[in-house]
Amino acid sequence: MSGGKEIKGQISSIKNTQKITKAMEMVAASKMKKAQMRMSAARPYAKMIKNVVGHLASAHPEYKHPFLVKRDSVKRVGLIVISTDRGLCGGLNTNLFKESLKKINEWNKMSVEVDVCTIGSKAEKFFKRLDVNLVAQVSHLGDSPEINDVIGSIKIMLDNFTDGNIDELYLAENKFINTMSQEPGVIHLLPTEPNKEDELTHHWDYIYEPESKSVIDNLLIRYIESLVYQGIVENVACEMSARMVAMKSASDNASNLIDELQLIYNKARQASITQELSEIVAGAAAV
Amino acid sequence: MSTMHLDIVSAEEEIFSGTVKNLSAAAMMGEVGIFPKHTPMITPLKPGEIKVITEDDEEKVFFISGGVLEVQPEIVTVLADTAIRGEDLDEAKAAEAKKRAEEALADKSDNIDAAKALAELAQAAAQLKMIENLRKKSK
Repeated sequence: MSGGKEIKGQISSIKNTQKITKAMEMVAASKMKKAQMRMSAARPYAKMIKNVVGHLASAHPEYKHPFLVKRDSVKRVGLIVISTDRGLCGGLNTNLFKESLKKINEWNKMSVEVDVCTIGSKAEKFFKRLDVNLVAQVSHLGDSPEINDVIGSIKIMLDNFTDGNIDELYLAENKFINTMSQEPGVIHLLPTEPNKEDELTHHWDYIYEPESKSVIDNLLIRYIESLVYQGIVENVACEMSARMVAMKSASDNASNLIDELQLIYNKARQASITQELSEIVAGAAAV
Repeated sequence: MSTMHLDIVSAEEEIFSGTVKNLSAAAMMGEVGIFPKHTPMITPLKPGEIKVITEDDEEKVFFISGGVLEVQPEIVTVLADTAIRGEDLDEAKAAEAKKRAEEALADKSDNIDAAKALAELAQAAAQLKMIENLRKKSK
């Protein structure tokens, strides 16, 4: 019986791996539901603040915030990259990094320098090896990220923008389309162009308390933060669904492998039995 | 009595959405009471409570740790902060994020260290093997 025992051992080790991938799949599935709920819970704020910023743009404050002013020449840009903390989630991070690299190469060709801020430890590890300027980093936000944890990193980028160190700010994030597909993309954050609705209706303005400058400053910072936060929450949902799909296909592959090995094992066993039989028969004939 | 629509939202969840008769909140310049048909106004809020009288005369109180209040004649929006904010606090957080980035960059060592450890391990294993061989020969 050739290698019967080895094949048995292989089968049992694959079975163990399959148990792990199955468990991970189920954990990811239940976490995904929660992450999706969190994603939809964060949506009203993003929508409201977008509305308010839109109103601000159609109102006519005497003060123009630098975030709203387009700059003539772009010498340096900021990029915020949102990744996961853990692996085993298919090509989610790799696709996002590819997309970011494509953008960075484009900028390099135009001799525009890039400042990178990473969120999540996978992005940190990736961009550390590249020759880019890493200015801020935050990771291990967990499955329910809090806006509190990312305020600092965003502030660095916003301060850089206000001080004129960077002229544009981008965000690289995964868009959650559905459980099966997530789409990486780089979106433009600053300078922002809020949707100017009903601009022609009539000229009106808010009463600003205490004064327009500090109110608008406050609001725009929160606006950018909410966009980044939305991206982070969405990324968690992406991570969980990507992991679920990856683990499902791993479990399926494991069962295919087990089936094949089982067939080989059965054939080997049958062959050894046949051989033994023919040996016995041949022996009996010789006597 | 006329009513207006009120939304209280924070970045992490929707806190309240419904029709109300009036509300009072702690604005930066002092307490404000907002009734329907108020002129457009926008103001930061201090940490404190927001008192709401809903359309069925029920009083509701929400505590927020700061935020922004936007008033339109028919719609009022409260963008509540979930984090305690402050110039100094934000500054400290920014410094922390920066430090982490610098540490991450300085931390190029870990790959090299791992390689070094592996080399040392291989060396130790080789020595052990040699000692074993010597013992076998001497037997």
